[in-house]
Amino acid sequence: MEAAKPSLTIAPRRSRAVEWLNLRRMDGVLLGAAGGLIAFSIFTLATSTRNEIAGRPLFFVERQTLYAVAGIALMIALSRIDYTRLRDLRLTIYAAMVGSIALVLVVGTAVRGSNRWIDLPFFQFEPSELAKVLLCVSLAAFVYERVRRPFGLRQTVRLLALGLAPAALVFLQPDLGTGIVLVAIALAILFIAGIPWQHFAAIAAAVALIGIGTYAAGSAAGVQFLHGYQQDRLTAFLHPSDDPSDASYQVNQAVIAVGSGKEVGRGNEATQTELLFLPERHTDFIYAVIGERFGFLGAAFVVFLYAVLFWRAIRVMTISRSFYGTMIAGGVVAMLALQVIVNIGMNLGLMPVTGITLPLMSYGGSSVLGTFLALGILQSIHADARE
Amino acid sequence: MYLLQRPEDIPPRLSNRLNLRIALLTTVVIVAVATVLLRLWSLQVLDGEHYRALARDHGVLDVRVHPPRGEIVDRNGRVLVDNRTVMSLEMRPSDLPSDRGERRAELRHLGNLLGMSQGAIRNKVRETPQYAGYPVVLRQGVDRRLLFYLLENQDRFPGVRVERTYVRDYKDGSLAAHLLGIVGQVTPHQLSRPAHANLKPGDIIGQAGVEYTYDKFLRGTAGSQRIQVDALGRPRGQLRSSPAQAGDNLRLTLDSGLQAVGEAALRDKGLPGAFVAMNVHTGAILAMGSYPSYDPSFYTRPHTKAEYDAFGNRPGDPLVDRADQGGYPTGSAFKPITATAALEDHLISPSTIFDDTGSLDIGGITLHNAGGAANGPVDMSTALKVSSDVYFYNLGLHAQASGNGGQIQDWAFKYGLGRKPGIDIPDATSGLIPTPAWRNRVYRHHSNPYIDRPWTQGDNVNLAVGQGDVQVTPLQLARAYAALANGGALVTPHVGGRIVDVHGRTVRRIQPAPHRHLHISDETRNVILGGMHRAADEAGGTSDAVMGSFPIPVAGKTGTAQRDGQQDQSWYGVIAPYDNPEIVVTVTVERGGFGVESAAPIAREILERYFNLNGDSAGSVNTAAARAAGPG
Repeated sequence: MEAAKPSLTIAPRRSRAVEWLNLRRMDGVLLGAAGGLIAFSIFTLATSTRNEIAGRPLFFVERQTLYAVAGIALMIALSRIDYTRLRDLRLTIYAAMVGSIALVLVVGTAVRGSNRWIDLPFFQFEPSELAKVLLCVSLAAFVYERVRRPFGLRQTVRLLALGLAPAALVFLQPDLGTGIVLVAIALAILFIAGIPWQHFAAIAAAVALIGIGTYAAGSAAGVQFLHGYQQDRLTAFLHPSDDPSDASYQVNQAVIAVGSGKEVGRGNEATQTELLFLPERHTDFIYAVIGERFGFLGAAFVVFLYAVLFWRAIRVMTISRSFYGTMIAGGVVAMLALQVIVNIGMNLGLMPVTGITLPLMSYGGSSVLGTFLALGILQSIHADARE
Repeated sequence: MYLLQRPEDIPPRLSNRLNLRIALLTTVVIVAVATVLLRLWSLQVLDGEHYRALARDHGVLDVRVHPPRGEIVDRNGRVLVDNRTVMSLEMRPSDLPSDRGERRAELRHLGNLLGMSQGAIRNKVRETPQYAGYPVVLRQGVDRRLLFYLLENQDRFPGVRVERTYVRDYKDGSLAAHLLGIVGQVTPHQLSRPAHANLKPGDIIGQAGVEYTYDKFLRGTAGSQRIQVDALGRPRGQLRSSPAQAGDNLRLTLDSGLQAVGEAALRDKGLPGAFVAMNVHTGAILAMGSYPSYDPSFYTRPHTKAEYDAFGNRPGDPLVDRADQGGYPTGSAFKPITATAALEDHLISPSTIFDDTGSLDIGGITLHNAGGAANGPVDMSTALKVSSDVYFYNLGLHAQASGNGGQIQDWAFKYGLGRKPGIDIPDATSGLIPTPAWRNRVYRHHSNPYIDRPWTQGDNVNLAVGQGDVQVTPLQLARAYAALANGGALVTPHVGGRIVDVHGRTVRRIQPAPHRHLHISDETRNVILGGMHRAADEAGGTSDAVMGSFPIPVAGKTGTAQRDGQQDQSWYGVIAPYDNPEIVVTVTVERGGFGVESAAPIAREILERYFNLNGDSAGSVNTAAARAAGPG
């Protein structure tokens, strides 16, 4: 280890706080982008949710701030650990992840017809948010064990099964959005791992065939593969309507909200998001709130912060000292990018409504903590590369 | 390249492949981010104005604020109609939830609040005569508790609203109901008229009487309130509002005291009838009533179609204004018109004498005087005084009649008979003056079973004494007598006096010019008015029993019209004062018998009130004497 060698030059005296916070070895730009996003999230909540809960104007702000502080602490703590040791824990991590998702199916709390949450003393915990990171860490480890040998078809299939099993469980909850994210993480890790192109093409074809086949067979047999509302949401953006109970109504309202923000936003004149035309405005549709209140200026600034985040995450892939780190970072990039693009795309009428949250923007403990967890792993990889 | 730093970790065969794959992943991310930014630019910068406009409209609800309608007051400023506010529970069936289950749940909930069953609400909606998209008033007069409950839970009752509405308040019950008229929702047909361009479904406009004629003044201008609403339709604040402007007030020419006296006198008689009291110079209606009447406040409450029908179809047809819609033969009250024709067309001179033997043979048919009296040789003045039918039979016999006119007919038309009276309330009838062409046409087409033969001179004889096919309304007779009284001006009758704005300033005076001037020589006028004066004032005059004791000299003519299958119809027309005419009063009573029996006493009561005689100086009316006085 470099730090252990006696130095010939006079090392500058390090502040204990900087040392303790691990700031020198963390990626400051990544930290800044993440901090900027969560700060913008709190600011947006502060300006737009004052009347959400009568008598408690700061309800969402206080909680989101709490989650942000906890998340940043978690990230710093994670950056100090040696992530490569997680490789040895891959079986435990994988089992814990699958177990927690399965637990939700058994004891979870149903919210709007979907079991996603486990009631903890202080808040409702959503294991599938944590599962995203755990999948990155464990699947990358499994792949890493086999990466020195050339990929055979059997190996590919086995890894694919490992990667898609948690996604299948999540689909059962049913949570279409998180399931899609998990599939994307699994495919991204396998892609980075260097699975032959032919295998990859076969996987893509198989996924398409299975999807279409199951749907067709199910429909023919009278079994609905997707829940009615899921079908509605996935197809609604193709045929907008004015019925507020419709999924397409939400997309319509979101598009109007964003568009009405124009260049610099409507500020406190924002009616579209303030007057409840848009549901879920502090979670799934928070980007529409930003678009309406702060205009192109604010909305593009958020996209810019995400672009910085992606850039630094991809950079971590390239500087990682271990191929294990590269694969984890690839999974995290897929996870963050997919969520950001799908969520913002939904707010802009480009993507169907899937219930995917906007990382670091949407209000919610599980989402914020899960994202900081992923960033913590990235920081750990970065710190390792800086040794 | 960073990747070269870890040869020990990555198999060399993977190194290049990894570079390519990271580059691919990066490209995908860049393309995705660029797409998002382009879309954002397109939405916010290129199409921003479009979406801003959509968002502006979105949370905005324009609520129409109904103006209070102008008051209607009588000639002395006494309020006859003003407004009261009621909170009414309205439902727009088209705005109810489209889902059956939700709709049913809402109706059940609403029913519990109102104490109505679901079926009762459905029936109410079905049976209320409505136009599509118009609100149905479920209940008027919503109490405060229910009001607040509904306001707080508005999102649970889509399509249901509590509206503060103005309802007409009739201060004197049914007084002058036919003249005042009623208001109601504008019909789709009315909405299509250019004059109603700025009205909206649900607006209230005048539908009858002066409410209809002077609607554009009384109505006022609706205001609007632009309210910010959220997605559930709950008000979140007011954006801007333009206040409703109250309608102007209408001052009538009507004297409500005189009106009340006339209506009471007619009601006491207990028979269908009507009266008109009019200024002979201006045509201003001082009182005008019809019995039976109705309570117009019925129309301020919600009713089912069956209830509306039942209200209109009560015995005696109370909705019909007999004063201007009831055409009847007038009997001898027509004689002043015949007399004008005979004198002005020089059929006779004032001194021409016919020997009234009590009957006259015309083509084998013997016509008798009413009551069978024989008056001996009479001139025009006396013939009017005693109402000699034989005298006027002779005039009818000798007057020409052909085609669409005739000597008597032409004068009747000049007097405004057989023509619309031009009064400022809708639906007045033109009545009928029979002509040879008319009778022959109806006979040829069999369009009236009572017309069983073509025109003969006998029809002219009948017309000369106001019998047969002739139909005249009390208003028309008043107008004709007024022309005689004022020297020939055929006035335009009117109930409206002037329009006064909310500050009390007169906006418009209603002074319609006379319809035409008749050229009647002074001699003719004096002879006819003189005869009528003698009829009311001299012993043996037809209305002397009633009017003889009246302290102010008058000129009056009785009428007793024979109607098929009914008792005679009683008429009286009177001009007062005789020497300087101010007012004409006409009265008719269906099945009232001789003119002097039923109609004349009512006219006298109206005149007593008009001249403030209050019955003490004037001798009481002796009905027994009136009956004994006989024909007329």
